Amino acid sequence: MKKLSTEVLVIGGGAAGLSAAAEAASAGAKVLVVESDLRPGGQLIKQTHKFFGSKDEYAGTRGFKIADILLDEINSFKDSVSILQNTTVSGYYKEDDEFTAMRGEEEYFHIKAKKTIVATGAQERLIPFPNNDIPGVYGAGAVQTLMNVYGVLPGRRVLMVGAGNIGLIVSYQLMQAGVQVAAVVEAAPRVGGYWVHAAKIRRMGVPILLRHSIKRALGEKCITGAVITGLNERFEPVGPEQQINCDLICIAVGLSPTTELLSQAGCKMMYVPQLCGNVAQRDRGMRTSNPDFYTAGDAGGIEEASAAMVEGRIAGLSAAAALGYPTEHGKLDEYWGRLQSLRKGEAGARICQGIDCVLVKDWEGVAHA
Amino acid sequence: MSTSPETKEKIYVCRCEEITLEEIDEWIDRGYDTVDELKRVLRVGMGPCQGRGCQDIIMREIAKKTGKPITEVAPMRVRPPVKPVKIGLLADGGEK
Repeated sequence: MKKLSTEVLVIGGGAAGLSAAAEAASAGAKVLVVESDLRPGGQLIKQTHKFFGSKDEYAGTRGFKIADILLDEINSFKDSVSILQNTTVSGYYKEDDEFTAMRGEEEYFHIKAKKTIVATGAQERLIPFPNNDIPGVYGAGAVQTLMNVYGVLPGRRVLMVGAGNIGLIVSYQLMQAGVQVAAVVEAAPRVGGYWVHAAKIRRMGVPILLRHSIKRALGEKCITGAVITGLNERFEPVGPEQQINCDLICIAVGLSPTTELLSQAGCKMMYVPQLCGNVAQRDRGMRTSNPDFYTAGDAGGIEEASAAMVEGRIAGLSAAAALGYPTEHGKLDEYWGRLQSLRKGEAGARICQGIDCVLVKDWEGVAHA
Repeated sequence: MSTSPETKEKIYVCRCEEITLEEIDEWIDRGYDTVDELKRVLRVGMGPCQGRGCQDIIMREIAKKTGKPITEVAPMRVRPPVKPVKIGLLADGGEK
């Protein structure tokens, strides 16, 4: 069976993975990026809106343009970086220290790497409710992919469940595509996303119902509506109930980190609610308890793409340094400074709390503790 | 969002294996209160998505029913492959 080998393997070609690849290559390392989708860029390729954050992380630039910028940077390193598309890393086998990977359904092979950066991103979280299996119930991210990547209109009238940034932004983009937004329901007593995104859809007359959630979907073969209900402080449905006419229900209740490969590599994991799931403990260089594995981006905790890019830079820098490539002194501190400035504000404070739980000073100390 | 007791509608938690919330609750009540045990008795998380859709919901349900904080509910053990691989591809030595 075919076997590829590389110095740095980057699993996932999204915001974090591409940044990690660029950084490691800039220090001189040979990098292989493995991306399961048909083209690299991850979630960036469907972000048609302009990013916030800081200038260093391309604030003011539209997400899909940021993917192009990162790919241009990677291309400037010529042969040091190769990208495999349509290829999924399907497992890590500790005893052999080897990965298996599959390209489409045509080819299955092994990969050997000196250092591995796991930038596998996240998956959409779903919630259980009656009739949630009827066609027409989607993850909001999936709907965004359908519209912005494939140009497919997912429905005519939507109920959006969740008023975080994804729910708000996708609601607006649905409207731009001509879909009516019947309402946005949010279980929390307040809007989770940025005010500017909420204001945009409120100005268009879309109700955002706080302390509300979906109770059941309606329909036989496809969605014809939904029943929503008011919630109490313990998030229990207490009514009043309302029927919403819609043919599309979008679930935007958050994401969970994708961490299977880190578990298989034996990395110490921890469930951290602030980071939205089970994530790997790491040091300041994003190195996990397995010295050959690094975590970066949403796989290490759900956060915005701008932070994922900085974490990718850090992981790439540390992996290259661990391989003996000279890296610029003070760069790690500079990147941490950028993370700190991105993690200002209320949402950032929550992330910082989560990071405090998983950050270790140095792994040797932990091993003896 | 759990159903009110008067409704008998099915709520699918694991879509791949078509396992409902009711079944999961029933087995948690019988003492199968870890994701791994539920996986063994119900096959939850063993379909094409390998638990990506259901694990989180199951962990929350275990936390809710046992009163344990979610931080103490162990996630399922994940073995390779993390995505389905066709047996024919392996039989052909990895090339079609």
